[in-house]
Amino acid sequence: MTAAATVSRQQVEDFLYAEAALLDAWSLDEWLDLFDPDAKYEVPCNDAPDGNPDTDLLLIDDDYTRLKARVVRLNSRRAHREYPHSRTNHQIFNVRVADPDEPGEIAVTASFTVWRFRGGKTSCYVGKYRYRIRLSGTGFRIAFKRAELDMSDLRAVSDVAIIL
Amino acid sequence: MSIDATTQTAPAGDVAVRPLVVDDQVNQTFRVHRSAMTSPDVHRAEIERIFAKSWLYVGHESEISNPGDFVRRPLAGRPIFMVRGVDSGNINVFHNSCTHRGALVCRQDTGSAKVFSCFYHAWSFDTEGRLKGVPDRDAYAGGLKFDELGLKRVPRVESYRGFVFASFDPEIVDLPTYLAGAKDYIDLVIDGCGGNVELARGTNEYSFTANWKLLVENSIDGYHAQSTHDTYFKYLVSIGTDLQGGVKGRAVALGNGHAVIEYSAPWGRPVAKWEPLFGEDARDEINRLRADLVSRYGEERAHAMSEVNRNMLIYPNLIINDIMAVTVRTIFPSAPDRVDVTAWQLAPRDELPSLRQRRLDSFLTFLGPGGFATPDDVEALESCQQGYAGGGVEWNDISRGMGRGPMANDEEQMRVFWRRWQQQMGSAAERAGAR
Repeated sequence: MTAAATVSRQQVEDFLYAEAALLDAWSLDEWLDLFDPDAKYEVPCNDAPDGNPDTDLLLIDDDYTRLKARVVRLNSRRAHREYPHSRTNHQIFNVRVADPDEPGEIAVTASFTVWRFRGGKTSCYVGKYRYRIRLSGTGFRIAFKRAELDMSDLRAVSDVAIIL
Repeated sequence: MSIDATTQTAPAGDVAVRPLVVDDQVNQTFRVHRSAMTSPDVHRAEIERIFAKSWLYVGHESEISNPGDFVRRPLAGRPIFMVRGVDSGNINVFHNSCTHRGALVCRQDTGSAKVFSCFYHAWSFDTEGRLKGVPDRDAYAGGLKFDELGLKRVPRVESYRGFVFASFDPEIVDLPTYLAGAKDYIDLVIDGCGGNVELARGTNEYSFTANWKLLVENSIDGYHAQSTHDTYFKYLVSIGTDLQGGVKGRAVALGNGHAVIEYSAPWGRPVAKWEPLFGEDARDEINRLRADLVSRYGEERAHAMSEVNRNMLIYPNLIINDIMAVTVRTIFPSAPDRVDVTAWQLAPRDELPSLRQRRLDSFLTFLGPGGFATPDDVEALESCQQGYAGGGVEWNDISRGMGRGPMANDEEQMRVFWRRWQQQMGSAAERAGAR
């Protein structure tokens, strides 16, 4: 039986909603605990959503070490862009589950909107998530998360200081 | 909005009395009136007196390597596109507007084409700008003057070491004269990269709510690094970078408003300063690159290419920062309190994949909208702009390091910019004109 067949879309959705809730609560240490130590988190540039981190410039290309550093930074009072923190709302739609190449993993794609409110400013990030999620004895683990932005540029949102 | 609380109108010839930039050599103070950052009149004057009268960076030759390749992007708010001519092989920069009724003829950001057709009435132009096709041309009783209806060229286009510049001013001095002392520093960057460079795929395009000159200052500001970017330096320490050496160096005026800070810094450089983070595998290649630079340019220049960081301003709005990676950044105002930033990464064309990887890592960790540093710069500059709205404090102080050989964390490089700005703005850089 394939990995995808053993889990329902609802289970995957519940997991993604729980991840979103951790991000919206700024419980970043708990959020980081969802990732395996060989995991990656990527956000490509708007004009190259298929960007390959080996050859192309991405906005974010975090291995676990840098992802952890990102969390440490965002938890500190000296990440000035995010101190005080934005209020965010991570919303997930159009969830689809498939088998990836690796056994024991499922590939998930979804649409997202992430709303960010801070100091009277409203920003909205829209795009597609690509996940590889592992099925472990203790539940789901994130092996890979990529947020591909649909906006043509970042002019309206200024930056990607929050985690998408 | 106006910051100037007084109502008196400056009499003619009062420029020296009430300028926006006060360069007081006697008391060693340098001040800039904050209406320079908030006034719509100043903004309008900048478009006319600075952006219409300077050489502006359009793009890099590597973006249009083949005949017909084009990129389109606004230049100081004006729609233009740059295309490699199919017949001439030249770089053509055209106003992106049909000579018939005005619609854009180039409607994609990048691509390759032999013909640019206006979709409105189907007039078509070739890559040299010549009008080639007009449907039903018999309808023009007097005959259409095809040679007069070609795409309008931006008056001046020249390039230096792959950097393509254009100017809306037909009378402007040639590009090498304009670049003055900046030429030598561009040479350092390009020769240091082995002479053959390209822009990596992937562009940072972001905007924020601050005056464009604040980002000019910030891009060449060594003083803010430690305080604003504390989290970045903590990250470097956490991955084993030794910060003992600190950031040490000097500021150099390069003429015509250009300036550079050059300094030693603790981080590694893909060309060609190895550090443990790069891994043992990369050590041999970096040492080889270094030895090659020494043999080609001598020890002193090779040292400058390899070990020395450069944050350079090409006046008025191009930044070439050769730091933990090489970034090329343009800065354009779209309003007094709004700035559009576009940034690319420049890299050697035949770089070893492992070094390219390190370069990409180094770039995006520090720089760019998702990095550990740039968002905090954005926050700082928006915070400054908000601070100006109150009007209670009228002046910025940019005196740091006056009266001594200016260091990289002084503010001489910003004074170089502001002096040229004031010179170009002329009467528009008076407080009476800043409404």
